[in-house]
Amino acid sequence: MSFPAPEELKTIVEAALHGVRVELVPNPAVPSQSSLRVAPADADAVARFLRDDPRLLLDCCSNVTGIDWPDRDEKTKTKTVVDGVEKETEVVRRVPGTLEVVYHLYSVALRHGPAILRQRTADRGGDCSVTSLTPVWRSCEFQEREVFDLFGVGFAGHPDLRRILMWDGYVDHPMRKDYVEPDDYEYEPTPHDDVLERAKSHYPPTEAKP
Amino acid sequence: MSLPAAASHAIRARLDAEGNASGGDQLEVAMGPQHPSTHGVFRMDVVLDGETVVKLKPVFGYLHRNHEKIAEGTSYLGSMPYTDRLDYFCSLTNNWAYALAVEKLAGLAVPERAEYIRVITAELTRLQNHTSVCGFLLQDMGALGTPLMWAFRQREKVLDLVESLTGARMMCNYMRFGGCRCDLPPGWIAQARVLVDEYPRFLEEFEALLSGNEILMARTQGVGRLPAALAVAAGVTGPMLRASGVDHDLRKVDRYGIYDRFQFRVPLGDHGDVFDRYMIRVLELRESLGILDQALRDIPPGPVIDPKAKLRGFRPKAGEAYGRIESPKGELGFYLVSDGGPNPYRYRVRPPSLINLTILEDMCLGHSVADAVVILGSVDIVLGEVDR
Repeated sequence: MSFPAPEELKTIVEAALHGVRVELVPNPAVPSQSSLRVAPADADAVARFLRDDPRLLLDCCSNVTGIDWPDRDEKTKTKTVVDGVEKETEVVRRVPGTLEVVYHLYSVALRHGPAILRQRTADRGGDCSVTSLTPVWRSCEFQEREVFDLFGVGFAGHPDLRRILMWDGYVDHPMRKDYVEPDDYEYEPTPHDDVLERAKSHYPPTEAKP
Repeated sequence: MSLPAAASHAIRARLDAEGNASGGDQLEVAMGPQHPSTHGVFRMDVVLDGETVVKLKPVFGYLHRNHEKIAEGTSYLGSMPYTDRLDYFCSLTNNWAYALAVEKLAGLAVPERAEYIRVITAELTRLQNHTSVCGFLLQDMGALGTPLMWAFRQREKVLDLVESLTGARMMCNYMRFGGCRCDLPPGWIAQARVLVDEYPRFLEEFEALLSGNEILMARTQGVGRLPAALAVAAGVTGPMLRASGVDHDLRKVDRYGIYDRFQFRVPLGDHGDVFDRYMIRVLELRESLGILDQALRDIPPGPVIDPKAKLRGFRPKAGEAYGRIESPKGELGFYLVSDGGPNPYRYRVRPPSLINLTILEDMCLGHSVADAVVILGSVDIVLGEVDR
C-alpha cells in the first residue's frame, strides 16, 4: 500500500481518534505536501497513533525544528459609501504571533514518509509551550531541547528540558526573529570605534572615567 | 588541605542524595572539552563507580555559532560555502544536501553529467571519511600513530583529487542549485580511475593488519551494543543504524539523484557493537569503490549546470521543503521555509552527528571509562556539525 496523502491521513487520524481535530496546512512550494497541525493537547495521542498504526508505522521522527512567526499587521481595505461618495478605508488588524514546532516523520519499517506534524503555541510569551513527543520518539530528546534553547518553546512532558547549545545562565532565545545581537560578543570593558557607535544607539550613556 | 587533596575532594561527589546509592564514593569526571578522544570540543560528564560508567551526560555548544541564524541573514547561495563548515570532513555531501533541498523547494532540474559528478564526489567523500574514522577509532583504542597515519596517507590521495576539481581540499563550495560550479578538469577521470583501482590494495593491507587483530576484537566486540529497536526510535542513522542490522540506506530508500542506476549492496551488522560499526565502514568502502567504478565508466558528456540558471537574486516561491541525503555520518537533512524573499525565512540543518549521540549514555552504561572513549569514537561525530 502506498503512503496515504495528507488529506487521507487526516481522515484516518480523525476516524481513529475520537474528538481529535487535524488541520491541513497547505504548502504552495514545489513539493506541495501539506502538513498536519494538531492541538498540543492531542499531540501525544496523534503521535502514538501514527507510530503504532500498522498502515503507517512512522517509527522514526527524523527532524524536529521550530519556526517563529512574530506578530504582524494584516491590512484589509473596505469600501464604504459616505454621503454618496465612495471612500476606501484601510483597517489594520494585529495578528498575534506564534511559535510553531515541526516534526518530520518517516517509517524505517515500511520505507515511506514523510508525514509532517505541526504544533503551535498559544502566544510568543516567556512560558509558551507545546506537548513533548520525546516519550513517543526518543530522537526528539536533543532536538526539542534545541528548540527550547533557541526559540524558547517549552515542552510539557520532556524528561530533561535544559539548554543544549547556549550556556545555562543565558537568558535570550537567539533564533527568534526579534532577537537583538549583542554589540560585543566577547566581553569588552571599554567599547570603542564602531562597537561604541552601535552601543550608543541603545545603551544608556556611560560616564567617562578619568 | 593540600592542593591535590582539595582537588580530589572537589571532584569526589557522593551521589546518594540523588538516588544513586552505592555505598562507596563515586567519582564525577568531566571528560573534555579539551580531551583528545572527544574529537573536538565536546564534554562528557561521567559518573564512575570504580572504573564503571554509571551515568553519562553529553554537554554541547562549545563550537556553537548559530549557523542557522547566519544562514537566515544571507541569500540562498550565500550559505553554500558555509555548509562546508558543518561537517568539515565531508563538505561535498553537505553541499549536495543543501542543493538538494533548494532544488526541491524551487523545482530545479539537474543535468545528467552534474548528477554523475555529484555521485562521484559524494562517494569520494565517503571513502576518505570512512577511512579516517577507522584510523581515529584505532587511535582511540591506543594504537597511537600508525593506523591513523596510514588512513591519512590514503585520505591525502582523495583530497588531491578533490583539490584539482574544486580548488580546495576541505572547504570545497562546489555544488550549485541545479548543478555544479565547474566541469571536471582534463585528465581527472583517469586520475580518479587510478585511485579507485589501487584503493583495494590499501584496504586489504589495512584489513590484514587490523580486522583480525586480537586486541581490536577484544576491545570492540560486545562493547557498546545498540539494539535495533532503540536505534530506530532514537533516530540513529547511517553506518551506526546499519551496524545494528536495520536495512536503511537513503541511497536505496529515497534513491535521490541517480543512485537507482548503480549496483551496490548495503552491508548490515548482526550485533550492533563497536566492532560491527568498524566493519560496516570497511565494507561500505568496498561498495563505494564499486559505485565509483560504475560512475566513472558511465559518465556522459554535457553541461554541468543549466547555463541560464539564475543563481544570484534567487527567490523561490513561498513554501517549505525538506531534502535529505545519506551523508557518511548518517541522514543529513535541510529544512527550508521560504517567504518569497531572497533569504530563507527558516533554514534548519538536521545534524546526524548530534542525533546519533542521543543514545550515547545507553551504550556506555556498565562499560569501563576506557570503553566509553572507544564507543564515542565509533559514533563518528564532527563537532562542527554537532554544535553548528
